[in-house]
Amino acid sequence: MAVAQTNVAVPAPTLTRMRVAQILLAAAVLLAAARPVLPEFLIRVPEWAVLPYNVWMQALFDFIKDDLGLIHLTRGISAVLEVLLDITANLLYGKHRWPFFEPIPWTAIAAGAAVIGYWLGGWRLAAVAGGTFVWVALIGQWNLAMQTMSVIVVAAPVAFLLGLLLGIAAWKSSRFERFLAPILSILQTLPFFTYLLPAVIFFKVGPTAGCVATIVYAIPPMVLMTTLGLKKVSPEVVEAGNMAGSTRWQMLRHVYLPAARTEILVGVNQVIMLCLAMVVLTAFIGMPGLGAKLLSLMNSLKLGRSFEIGVTIVLIAVTLDRLSKAWVVKQPEHFERGTSWAARHKYLVGGIAAFAAFYVLAQFVQVADHITRKQELSMGSEIDDVIRAALANDTVTAVTGWLRWFLITWVLIPFRNALLWLPTPSVLLAIAAAGYAVGGRKSALTVLAFFGIVALTGWWDRSIITLYAVVCAVILAMLIGLPLGIAAARNPRWANPILLACDTMQTFPSFIYLIPAIMLFSVNDVAVVFAILIFATVPLTRYTIEGMRAVPEELIEAADMAGASRNQKLMKVQLPLALPTMAVGFNQAIMFAFFMVIIAAFIGTQDLGQELQRTLAGNDLGKNFVLGMCVSLMALTFNHIIMRWSNDRRKALGVG
Amino acid sequence: MTTQTPVISCANVWKLFGPHPKKYLANMPAGRSFDDIRKDGYIAGVRDVSVDINRGEMLVVMGLSGSGKSTLVRCFSRLHEITGGTIEVDGQDIMALNDRDLIELRRNKMGMVFQSFGLLPHRTVLENVAFPLEMRGQDRHDRRERALEVIKLVGLEGREEYFPRELSGGQQQRVGIARSLAIEPDIWFLDEPFSALDPLIRREMQDEFLRLQEMLGKTIVFITHDFDEALRLADRIAIMKDGAIEQCDTPDQIVLNPATPYVRKFTEDIEKSRVVHARVLATPMNGHIPDGTPIRAGATILQLARQLVNETREELPVANGNGELIGILNRQEALDVLLGEG
Ligand SMILES: Nc1ncnc2c1ncn2[C@@H]1O[C@H](COP(=O)(O)OP(=O)(O)O)[C@@H](O)[C@H]1O
Ligand SMILES: [Mg+2]
Repeated sequence: MAVAQTNVAVPAPTLTRMRVAQILLAAAVLLAAARPVLPEFLIRVPEWAVLPYNVWMQALFDFIKDDLGLIHLTRGISAVLEVLLDITANLLYGKHRWPFFEPIPWTAIAAGAAVIGYWLGGWRLAAVAGGTFVWVALIGQWNLAMQTMSVIVVAAPVAFLLGLLLGIAAWKSSRFERFLAPILSILQTLPFFTYLLPAVIFFKVGPTAGCVATIVYAIPPMVLMTTLGLKKVSPEVVEAGNMAGSTRWQMLRHVYLPAARTEILVGVNQVIMLCLAMVVLTAFIGMPGLGAKLLSLMNSLKLGRSFEIGVTIVLIAVTLDRLSKAWVVKQPEHFERGTSWAARHKYLVGGIAAFAAFYVLAQFVQVADHITRKQELSMGSEIDDVIRAALANDTVTAVTGWLRWFLITWVLIPFRNALLWLPTPSVLLAIAAAGYAVGGRKSALTVLAFFGIVALTGWWDRSIITLYAVVCAVILAMLIGLPLGIAAARNPRWANPILLACDTMQTFPSFIYLIPAIMLFSVNDVAVVFAILIFATVPLTRYTIEGMRAVPEELIEAADMAGASRNQKLMKVQLPLALPTMAVGFNQAIMFAFFMVIIAAFIGTQDLGQELQRTLAGNDLGKNFVLGMCVSLMALTFNHIIMRWSNDRRKALGVG
Repeated sequence: MTTQTPVISCANVWKLFGPHPKKYLANMPAGRSFDDIRKDGYIAGVRDVSVDINRGEMLVVMGLSGSGKSTLVRCFSRLHEITGGTIEVDGQDIMALNDRDLIELRRNKMGMVFQSFGLLPHRTVLENVAFPLEMRGQDRHDRRERALEVIKLVGLEGREEYFPRELSGGQQQRVGIARSLAIEPDIWFLDEPFSALDPLIRREMQDEFLRLQEMLGKTIVFITHDFDEALRLADRIAIMKDGAIEQCDTPDQIVLNPATPYVRKFTEDIEKSRVVHARVLATPMNGHIPDGTPIRAGATILQLARQLVNETREELPVANGNGELIGILNRQEALDVLLGEG
């Protein structure tokens, strides 16, 4: 019964829409077939039609910056941020700035982290949190890590506050929300280089610019989570607050915000993770810290040390993620009446005590204060040797060598050339067809406009090269992620560990994924595709598992009763129902890929990323922004088509 | 029931949901039905309701789900802005109140209990109960004292430091009740307070509620969709359909003389003898006094069943609580009610 029903729901009312889409697609194919006889202006947008967006943008920026005097405001903000950053830098790694303290001993920080871990999640989290800091210190990366942390501890709270305020404003005024929504989507798809250059121009080079870029990058999810949480507060709770005679401020402070606690804390988690991801990337504008070190090590192919830094970054990511996630689910506990203050606040007391004890200890024992170069346990060069030896192994080189050859000659280059060969209007028509198929005329026009703008910027070829890397990598990722997800979902023993692995890998800053790619394939297109591929496989696997697991048990039982075989069940019941959720994973994979492909620029791609990276050297804000918009618009096109389809499909199936 | 000025008095109250409700209502021709209005793109939450609620009275609002019960009660407390008509509370037009005065009114006069409790999840029982007191700025010590008092009243002593998620449904609703009573409101709104509870707990909570009401004697608007509950509690019952009140009367009158076919259908399955009191069936004596011991005016026909069946007299005197005769009960008529043929 149920099986039949799901099949019936499939074609539904899109027939005419499909027809139009088919016609558009046919036109696209015709144009492509006719390429040899097409006039030049139908193959590429001619020079004269390319609009000087970058000049306009530059003029606009100059106007805002100088004539409107924004630069004075931003310089003022920089000054404040600088003071904050100096304080954290002084406390964490002893930068010679006010308040001129000695840096906090590493043991005290590790002990404090362990107590926080214990409070939030018992012994295991205590070990993770404390252990991370012990590792960082012993491996000799304390100062690097603290340089990075000193930015995060400023950026994350500021991003949280701004996100919270904007989120509240968007919830209060739906007009402001409508105004904010497109800006947030663009911000979320804008390549990070486009965050960096304006930050540098408006906010001074150095930590301040890095901090600003990090803050802006981390704000969008906080805004969205705040608004979501506030909207979800149960109407009865709101009415109870009103009936208690709360004023507006009391409602917000005592009813709405506490009741939206979970979503707000999820936002905090995302803020922290995005801050970490971005702060590592600020290496590209010369910010010192783990990212900068990693960048320079990778540039000089010091794989052993890169590996160690990678582990450090991963450990920090895992710690921050686990701690903040544990905070989300942490419920307040009640104490019996008459419990003493100290007992009520035992974790606070314990934390301060542990911190103080190690602080004092460090005054007398040097190792507890800092680890000197001689004492550190880094094995960078040994690992280097091991890795080199392993990679030099004949079978390994044979496999990677063959893979590299095969992918480059038979997949990447042909695909890339084919995409570049296609006439621009043909691509536009195909995109419009996809838009029409999922969302009718409005969607078709939207995505057409998105890609049309890209065509008109004159950066078409580079955009297509970016697109090619993304598409290639995501297709390859699907070949791995989907079977893996399906296999895992069918075997409950594997599903949870793999989900956990995916969750964990998603928290790693994207930069990390370049390490294995460069190790295996050294510096070329294959490494780029490989890095994107691992990065993009994660959401694909994860959402496949989740989609398959969300299929209602009764439907599977119904299929069993109908005598479906395992494969029939998979093809006829589970996959069709899981598809909308899998599409979300697909979308995320593409968004990740667009992000990653730009980072890979420093490996030497010839796409938008490379041009973007070049803009960092100068102050051509207009060009930087135009290039960024090209990436953003392409990403938004995919986002629009996939999410539209997924949502409609979900509704049609009555799931999720 | 007393005959003073009503505590809540509402006249021709409308509440429409939709894009421009005020404008639509102003231009709406008279006599448009619920379905007509819906075709125009509006939902009539409350449709032309006029009702007075007297001091110390318990009015029970009944109706199927979606009939507008909650909406009506939320209009009384101005949680909804009404689209048309007037609502007066203690003679004061509440639609004329500014924000400050409205807050004052709620802080001092009104309490409300919700179907899914509406407790603040991050606050302990004590803090939840003290919440309205905190909002009106009472000092910490006073509000703690008062909160403990009401917590005791609803039988939750010893659970003060618990969080809502640590309590059962019944206990959570006790917290909701305690919170609504903390400010000693004159008017008490309860929106299906026991619907989310298991039948056994529900019964227990109803008893508890009757005990509280006897003690406190508040003016109450109680919403339910459960007729048994309504009969146990009500002074008067208002039956709603599609946002309008079909009939508002005592339980006896509603089962004996349903005003509309809808009410008749609604009350069809009720055993009338459980509802109808001897007082209501009694006719004036006009000087004629039947023989024998009188029956109690406050007894239901069901309670009198055995006596009525065994009785040999055709006419029975009816006496009120003070032993004064107030009328004559016709045995045949009473038996008709008992056998469901009335
Ligand atoms: N905020 C609102 N917006 C739109 N329609 C509403 C709103 N609140 C209630 N309604 C509608 O008003 C009608 C009456 O609802 P309600 O008073 O909650 O019914 P009841 O409490 O009797 O179940 C329903 O049709 C409901 O859908
Ligand atoms: Mg209701």
